[in-house]
Amino acid sequence: MYVPTCRCDGREDTIDAHRAAELAARTAYGRLVAYLAASWRDVAAAEDALGDALVSALEAWPRAGIPNNPDAWLLAAARRRLIDAARHAKVEASAAPALEILVGRTRDEGVTAAVFPDERLKLLFVCAHPAIDEAARTPLMLQTVLGLDAARIASAFLVAPATMSQRLVRVKAKIRDAGIRFEVPDPRELPSRVEAVLEAIYAAFGSGWDDVAGADPRRRGLADEAIWLGRLVTRLLPGEAEALGLLALMLHCQARRPARRGADGRYVPLDRQDVRHWSRAMIDEAEQVLAAASAAGRPGRFQLEAAIQSAHARRATTGQTDWEAIALLYEGLLLCGATTGARVGQAAALARARDAAAGLAALESIPQDSVVAYQPYWALKAHLLKRLGRADEAREAYARAIGLAEDEAVREFLAAESSV
Amino acid sequence: MKYTILVYENTADFGARTDATRKDAYWGAYRAYTKALTDAGVMVGGAGLQPPPLATTVRLRDGKRQVQDGPFADTKEQLGGYYVIEVPGLDQALDWAARCPSASSGSVDVRPNLSM
Repeated sequence: MYVPTCRCDGREDTIDAHRAAELAARTAYGRLVAYLAASWRDVAAAEDALGDALVSALEAWPRAGIPNNPDAWLLAAARRRLIDAARHAKVEASAAPALEILVGRTRDEGVTAAVFPDERLKLLFVCAHPAIDEAARTPLMLQTVLGLDAARIASAFLVAPATMSQRLVRVKAKIRDAGIRFEVPDPRELPSRVEAVLEAIYAAFGSGWDDVAGADPRRRGLADEAIWLGRLVTRLLPGEAEALGLLALMLHCQARRPARRGADGRYVPLDRQDVRHWSRAMIDEAEQVLAAASAAGRPGRFQLEAAIQSAHARRATTGQTDWEAIALLYEGLLLCGATTGARVGQAAALARARDAAAGLAALESIPQDSVVAYQPYWALKAHLLKRLGRADEAREAYARAIGLAEDEAVREFLAAESSV
Repeated sequence: MKYTILVYENTADFGARTDATRKDAYWGAYRAYTKALTDAGVMVGGAGLQPPPLATTVRLRDGKRQVQDGPFADTKEQLGGYYVIEVPGLDQALDWAARCPSASSGSVDVRPNLSM
């Protein structure tokens, strides 16, 4: 009989040390970057220092053992790097006081750094600051708070990796050079600043999707990461109704992901999805979160969008969809600022609540220049024209919708619809 | 800015062009894509190409002509056609490239055109 003996070549320790470093990186990355960036006011320098600290951890831990508090170890190592780098660059006189503060903190850090303040909220506000280019906000958040690499972010947003890296470098230099402050905005500014943070998170959720309700479930984009950020914001800003609304919205959409494809890989539109494939646990959580949001009595865009998805989710229990209620919710949503997506959604609901002609009228009132390359508009238009018996126009619209679709299953679905 | 979308197709894609069960889906998707480019007003030009076996490669070396059957490189994916589009920048060019039917099976290159 073969009895495995203890291998004393230290390999298992090495693996453990690697795991500990990885785990520390994943769980604490954002907290460490946020804390270092907030005290050093330089996001790129904080990331570099933490990156170096992680590399030294992978070297040191297998030899010396995993420290009791990996986060504190990484923080101390990263601070040393920051100070060394600053000394090396022969800090200007103006930066010297900050340097002394840091050195001072480093001295007593051995005992106190076990508990360092969570500065991630400030970092989120910096990432979505009005002075930062809107297109760069979500990528910046994903990189600094979650530690995602630029190549992965670039793919999700369909941008060349080199371009994405340059954008991130530029925007971090701007934060440093323009002196964008790491702080929670004052109450007057807070609502609009929170909205910018939530918009940036929602952009991560929708990355790589033409249409949040119908995209390819295999193309996960950054949906899980966005939900993680959404949860983080509800913890950091408890009682913020719109943050809860956003989380409920994302959970509702995510709950339906497994139902968006048939067993044969075919695209299944929302109203034909088998509700048994919806995640009840996620729907229940979404409903609880949305109820908590409504309790605050401050409705907003994300709560309305979540309410629309909640109305769709009710089909799982009632077997029916209340299209009149959904059309009404879209009307509320349009009052919060009309986006093309919301107007197309409202037209779809009107077509179901009343008739195809009402839906088409709503669709045709949307300014044409905003729908030139907007696929869901053409898919809905084709469907409504077909129902109204306008076959030639329907075929034209189907061709347009197929040509604008990125997803092969959606193309096949529309081609089949077009030919019957 | 003008960009060229180079469409690389694999053997299965080239086969789909004439396969009785797949050709309608293939040509339907390409007709729709071309229409979407035209209707959006971004189309400058382009062409679909006959499959690689119909290529003939020509080289001049030391004053001698060398003519060879087939494409110059024998790779899994071969040029199947191209579109020239005019859009504000690379972001929009990549959006259009992602919609190209062959992006789901082969691959699609986007290159900025030289201005001449």
